[in-house]
Amino acid sequence: MASHTDTAAQPGSHPVDVHSPVAEHAVELATARKDILRIATAGSVDDGKSTLIGRLLYDSKAIFEDQYEAVARASKGSFVDLALLTDGLRAEREQGITIDVAYRYFATPRRTFILADTPGHVQYTRNMVTGASTADLAIVLVDARKGMVEQSRRHAFLASLLRVPHLVVAVNKMDLVDWSEEVFEGIRDEFSAFAAKLAVPDLTVIPISALHGDNVVTHSPNTPWYEGATLIHHLEHVHVASDRNLTDARFPVQYVIRPQSDAFHDYRGYAGTVASGVLRPGDEVQVLPSGLTTTIAGIDGPRGPVEEAFPPMAVTVRLTDDLDVSRGDLICRPENAPTATQDLDALVCWMADEPLRPRQRIAVKHTTRTVRAMVKDLAYRLDVNTLHRDVEATELGLNDIGRVRLRATQPLFVDDYTRNRATGRFILVDEATNATVGAGMLTPAG
Amino acid sequence: MSTPDYRLSQLETLEAESIHVVREVAAELERPVLLFSGGKDSIVMLELARKAFAPARIPFPVMHVDTGLNFPDVLEFRDKRVAELGVQLIVASVPDAMAKGLVKEEPNGSRNRIQTPVLLDAVEEHGFTALFGGARRDEDKARAKERVFSFRDEFGQWDPKNQRPELWDLYNGRIHLGESIRVFPLSNWTELDIWQYIARERIAIPPLYLAEEREVVERQGMLYAVNEFIRPREDEQPFRAMVRYRTVGDANLTAAVRSEATTVEEVIAEVAVTRMTERGATRGDDKVSDAAMEDRKKEGYF
Repeated sequence: MASHTDTAAQPGSHPVDVHSPVAEHAVELATARKDILRIATAGSVDDGKSTLIGRLLYDSKAIFEDQYEAVARASKGSFVDLALLTDGLRAEREQGITIDVAYRYFATPRRTFILADTPGHVQYTRNMVTGASTADLAIVLVDARKGMVEQSRRHAFLASLLRVPHLVVAVNKMDLVDWSEEVFEGIRDEFSAFAAKLAVPDLTVIPISALHGDNVVTHSPNTPWYEGATLIHHLEHVHVASDRNLTDARFPVQYVIRPQSDAFHDYRGYAGTVASGVLRPGDEVQVLPSGLTTTIAGIDGPRGPVEEAFPPMAVTVRLTDDLDVSRGDLICRPENAPTATQDLDALVCWMADEPLRPRQRIAVKHTTRTVRAMVKDLAYRLDVNTLHRDVEATELGLNDIGRVRLRATQPLFVDDYTRNRATGRFILVDEATNATVGAGMLTPAG
Repeated sequence: MSTPDYRLSQLETLEAESIHVVREVAAELERPVLLFSGGKDSIVMLELARKAFAPARIPFPVMHVDTGLNFPDVLEFRDKRVAELGVQLIVASVPDAMAKGLVKEEPNGSRNRIQTPVLLDAVEEHGFTALFGGARRDEDKARAKERVFSFRDEFGQWDPKNQRPELWDLYNGRIHLGESIRVFPLSNWTELDIWQYIARERIAIPPLYLAEEREVVERQGMLYAVNEFIRPREDEQPFRAMVRYRTVGDANLTAAVRSEATTVEEVIAEVAVTRMTERGATRGDDKVSDAAMEDRKKEGYF
């Protein structure tokens, strides 16, 4: 049974002085205009991932005193086990495992961070694919004593499969290899060689000790040979602005807004989230699947009309012509339309116990459009450890990844996932159980 | 506003993400309802729902699970806000359910736990298939593991070991008859984000959240403002102190904290320097055990 310490609520304690220089400084840091970096972490059971996350949370002051004290009480041994900060459910503590993806939040003066913490062992593929799906950056932990292991390769591969634009390899437990530059360089070179085979556009390797904090927030005196950034510095400064597709205008219609009130009698707007590209009033646009063209009369944002809409803004688009547009339609530029197709070639990560097999019927949710489809063909199953393609495979089991062809009952408006993460992705839903059973990334046919 | 680098701030990003979630539910689920307590998180959630459908009205009702132990300020605020937006308010009443013998008062005076059956009965009565809740993942360990679309069986139960994978922004709201989805559009907001958004958008909040000199009594190391549910006991000396509420729960159990924050900006300053979780500090009903939230969620709690 945990009892919180309620210093702030104790009658004798002083209230926070909201006009003090400390408060002013805190407000300045807290309210500075920042952007969000989404991070996915992956690691094996004992490579210190929880400790690293605990360290990031604690050093960035995302941990409150009562949480810290609860962990301090629960720690066995002489130091505070920061790993316990990320242990969630009682069921997990009892079994010493991590069940599922957990989300953590911390901020520095430059950025706020949303961290998807995924367990490295059971259900690793399903969980890591989930965590990496929204990530700008993935951190793969490697134990310096063990070097690259099968799981490290797998984590790097999954991050590249999901097109996470930035990969950080944190070589942890450097204290246990006497801060050896040689060990670090060996791991760095091996990982770089492996990453070159994958589509990893940006790889950074950092020597750290999560337990002691070396090179996490401050440069370590133990690694004078390391001239790169600390982990936090890298997370704060990694350039993500150019990761998005601002070229191909794609606006999936999510909801039709018709107030039918006296004040807005003729208002008809198409609400949605900009998937990619930039939309402006006056732009000539095409509506799919009808193919009709019109122009954008105006765009309404959360605070009224806007001059531009770009991802991931949630806006409402008004068109000059009164067309029949509904949810699942897509607005794009006439000279730059996605491919309308019923044939979907994709790498699919399967997430259900019951395997995926050819001839199976399944629902596909792509942007705001849901269609039925049939599994036409399984081209191969991919071994995520060796990247070997098994063309003899006849099914995809839980946590398998394979190349699949689906035939949909209606056309979808798609781009390759490598070009457009928003219009190149879909989920698969079992129509009998309603479970989400797979995730797909569209690839060029052939 | 011109943004030459096509970047959104963290508040704009969170806002966009939440609006996307709210619209997705309205588009895919037949009978949504938004749980509105008059607390700051549900106020922000309601504001995001307004923005999601403007200039049209919010296309679903709001529901308050009324424990009968409300701060009058908050009820007044609730009714005013609902009237301004022209949305339908459904009140699911715990005292009514107690009068009918459906639930029993617990010995500690907390109606937190007995809200759950009242909520579930209202859901069944109205046939709601989606319930928007204002929970944030930074609040609690169990919440940190919950999906934005949280599937619930016919008893409203959450099964943490059997959650639907949630990828990208492709939410799966499919359910069978009797099942429902709890939707948490504020999942990725932190307490500070909420306050900054309230300040930035000039969103009205009940006066309880701001510091004022109030008559209080000290009870088990906490300060409770004297009100119709908290009467000074014989051994207690009421006194006046500058206090405010960090969370708004039942009036008989929610403690106030000493504070000088009389404006939203000052509250932000306070939150920024305070290193206590809001629930840990002031909610007597969450102090039962570390796993209290996990247990309540499994039973169908928000």
